[in-house]
Amino acid sequence: MNYAASAHQNITAKLPGWRATALFAALLAGLLGLLGRGVYLQGIHDDFLQEKGNARYSRVIEVSAHRGMITDRNGEPLAVSTPVDSAWASPSDAEADNSQVRQLAQILGMDAAEVKKRLFDTSRDFVYLKRHLPPDQAGQVASLNLPGVSLQREYRRFYPAGEEAAQTLGFTGQDDNGQEGLELSLQEQLAGKSGSQRVIKDRRGHIVEDAGSLLAPKAGSDVVLSLDRNVQHLAYRELESAVRQHKAKAGAVVVLDARSGEVLALANYPAFNPNNRGKISAQAMRNRAIADLFEPGSTMKPFTVATAIEQGKVRPDTLINTEHGVYTVGGKKIHDSHPEAMLTVAQVIQKSSNVGSAKIALSMESETLWQSLSDSGFGAQTGSNFPGEASGKLRASKTWKPIEQATMSYGHGLSVNLLQLARAYTIFTNDGELKAVSLLKLDAPAVGKKVFSDSTAHALRDMLEKAVQPGGTAPLAQVAGYRVAGKTGTAHKLEGGRYVNRYVASFVGFAPVSDPRLIVAVMIDEPDNGQYYGGLVAAPVFSKVTGEVLRALNVPNDAPLDNVIMPTDIIVEEV
Amino acid sequence: MLRNEGALNVLLLAAVVVCALSVVTSQHKARKLFIKLQNEKERAQQMDVEWGQLQLEQSTWATPARVEKIAAQQLQMQLPGNGQVQFIRVEPDGRVNRQP
Repeated sequence: MNYAASAHQNITAKLPGWRATALFAALLAGLLGLLGRGVYLQGIHDDFLQEKGNARYSRVIEVSAHRGMITDRNGEPLAVSTPVDSAWASPSDAEADNSQVRQLAQILGMDAAEVKKRLFDTSRDFVYLKRHLPPDQAGQVASLNLPGVSLQREYRRFYPAGEEAAQTLGFTGQDDNGQEGLELSLQEQLAGKSGSQRVIKDRRGHIVEDAGSLLAPKAGSDVVLSLDRNVQHLAYRELESAVRQHKAKAGAVVVLDARSGEVLALANYPAFNPNNRGKISAQAMRNRAIADLFEPGSTMKPFTVATAIEQGKVRPDTLINTEHGVYTVGGKKIHDSHPEAMLTVAQVIQKSSNVGSAKIALSMESETLWQSLSDSGFGAQTGSNFPGEASGKLRASKTWKPIEQATMSYGHGLSVNLLQLARAYTIFTNDGELKAVSLLKLDAPAVGKKVFSDSTAHALRDMLEKAVQPGGTAPLAQVAGYRVAGKTGTAHKLEGGRYVNRYVASFVGFAPVSDPRLIVAVMIDEPDNGQYYGGLVAAPVFSKVTGEVLRALNVPNDAPLDNVIMPTDIIVEEV
Repeated sequence: MLRNEGALNVLLLAAVVVCALSVVTSQHKARKLFIKLQNEKERAQQMDVEWGQLQLEQSTWATPARVEKIAAQQLQMQLPGNGQVQFIRVEPDGRVNRQP
């Protein structure tokens, strides 16, 4: 029985040597492969794993920066951004039954069908349900806790001054970017740039560590305007009542600081409420004082006379033959409404004589007159940087015919905007220096450009003061307790290149004459209540605004309180 | 010599452990403080928002038009007329000078 022994002998126990070697090599290769992969993932190509890891705890959050505030010169807010919530939906995630949709619609004040349509419009990933909700409504939406409906924080702009400064401030669009007016021209300074920040969040979503700022947020800076809210209110109130009283189409008032050229008020009527802009007509949105051109009429005469005095052609007491009110130049007749045989240069301004003005203008080279008008800022931008500013037209002197030179001397055949006209009068309040206008508050008054000599400017100041006294064209411009000076203007409107029987009545003046503080320019477009002369329509607005503003600014009286003398008959100018 | 080296190693090990633990605690502290800071920042932002809203509210109530209306209609006030206002000039030396 050698069974076991024979069995043992039958088996060849020895394995081939190469198998062990092959297995070892395979295992080694596997190990090397893993090591290589490990080195590759951890060392060479580590971005992928980093990213996956970061995605578990690191988040990038938006850091919002809001738009800067606009304030008046005394720091009163004129435009403020404040956060509001907008409700939006992600239709693919939205779940709501009919009663929830009705509830949501009720909170939002919308039609239930409309809400439903937006909520389940799966062709879109993102849809606003309603923007700019008041805080209480937003709270109610949040408490509904509907899947797929969320709130987003946005900013909305409010304008405490409402319609009074609407066209000047302009407004912002839905996304808080400036669209009109100063909001547009100051966009650079006002706009905030939102930034982003990388943070580490824990399991419960709390931020536990700041992992570095990606983009620093930049809050919009606040802008201080030259406007004075109180002055703006007074100007707007008087303008509104005058436009209504005269059934005019529109009107504008500009109040300048006579020393620095800062704009204290810039009011337009009709206006709109910038806080509730359902439907605004383009008419109400126009900033007429800057964007609209008109023929200035007699308010130009002081510049003609000043040029002639500067050139030594006339003196204030030089007599001019005013030809009994009719004077022919190049076959065209120039008329005066109050015919006189002879007037002094001062009386030409006082009684607003077209004949006198034409004769003075024709005594000079066209080049000289053009240069002087151009130096006074006509036909050029005012420097306000307001969007849509119209620069006005002043044709080159080479193209002037004598009749044109004559009519231009009393403000026909050229066009200006009201701000430009008001600015030009800084020459008479600053000893012949033309100041740049500024809508921003200035720390120190800007240096102007000398246009006329001190003595010419003073001579014109005296003449303009006579124009508002009895015997002048604007006794209604007088202010109790203050000496004022100014010039009326009335001009036909141009339509399609032809003069029509509709008028622009204007008045530009300054006060107090002894030490001018204010320049007030008034323009009433198409007065339609029987009167259309600047001295009857615009001068009373000047008087009210100037009187109230001088008192509001605590300017001491420079005349006795009973200085106002009303004549029985008011001289009107020929247009 | 050898014994000394062994003792030093033990000492260094202990130091390493202490350092490691303090890193953990200071990290924890830093996170706690950071959360606090974050909360305070949020509060500051909320207050900022509220400040803006209050400014807005104040200036809306104080609109010249509204003040004027209430003064004239409810309180029966009126602007002082001519002659009812007197200007008094205060000289630099403090003397008061009534204007004529």
